[in-house]
Amino acid sequence: MSVPVLRLGDVLIASIQAALTDRDLLQLRDDLSDQVGRFRARGVIVDVTALDVLDSSAIRTVRDLAHTTRLRGARTVVVGIQPEVAFAMVQLGLTLEGVATALDLDEGLALLRQEDA
Amino acid sequence: MPAEVHVTIRDETDIVTARQRGRELAAIHGFSKTEQTFIATAISEVARNIVAYARRGEIVLATSQDQGRPCIVVVARDEGPGIQDVEVAMRDGYSTSKGLGMGLGGAKRLMDAFDLISAVGKGTTVTMKKCVR
Ligand SMILES: Nc1ncnc2c1ncn2[C@@H]1O[C@H](COP(=O)(O)OP(=O)(O)O)[C@@H](O)[C@H]1O
Ligand SMILES: [Mg+2]
Repeated sequence: MSVPVLRLGDVLIASIQAALTDRDLLQLRDDLSDQVGRFRARGVIVDVTALDVLDSSAIRTVRDLAHTTRLRGARTVVVGIQPEVAFAMVQLGLTLEGVATALDLDEGLALLRQEDA
Repeated sequence: MPAEVHVTIRDETDIVTARQRGRELAAIHGFSKTEQTFIATAISEVARNIVAYARRGEIVLATSQDQGRPCIVVVARDEGPGIQDVEVAMRDGYSTSKGLGMGLGGAKRLMDAFDLISAVGKGTTVTMKKCVR
């Protein structure tokens, strides 16, 4: 299963679907990193609203993905972490430090615009 | 709904299947959405360890009662290489695979009870339990 990446101006939006395997997430990391260059994107939004579980391995992949696209020059925001998933992440002891997060897509876009100004 | 649910774990997609079955079972037995997510996440961790370290194994999901409260029991079993020092493996940050090393400790924190038995060359069995609050 591949993750569709939408383009909105100079922002790339990847909406991760439920039941995504770790391999799909790694593929997304590589695709996004490539597309940031191809489309000269300034921002990346990773929407995890549909994800009902983020285990330690998926959290690491999302974190690495965000760091990778940031190194490629695009600000990266993870949006839509569900409340239950957030509780579970705290219990796991993994809270995505160093990664920008926002409530939802709108807030994520607002955050990118704000940083652009 | 059968008394026990068995999920064979061989690859990534089986990890997703196992945690979905766990969530379904938890939902049927009245666990809150947060508890369902904790159970599904803990299952994901131990199932992932089976794929990563033992290549194959199985997850067995069952229900029980504890002072009138429904409980879910998760058993993750494999006949992989086993763990030399369980106490060390349980430590946060310890990993032999450049992982984050938070899987076992994290699963323990997500559940009410957690037990790991392992013999080198024989395999590993993790038993975890969580009851409705
Ligand atoms: N089923 C298993 N069989 C063999 N070794 C295991 C198993 N599960 C865990 N381990 C060992 O315990 C360590 C810690 O596991 P865990 O906390 O899940 O962290 P990680 O998977 O990120 O390394 C692993 O690196 C591995 O050495
Ligand atoms: Mg692990």
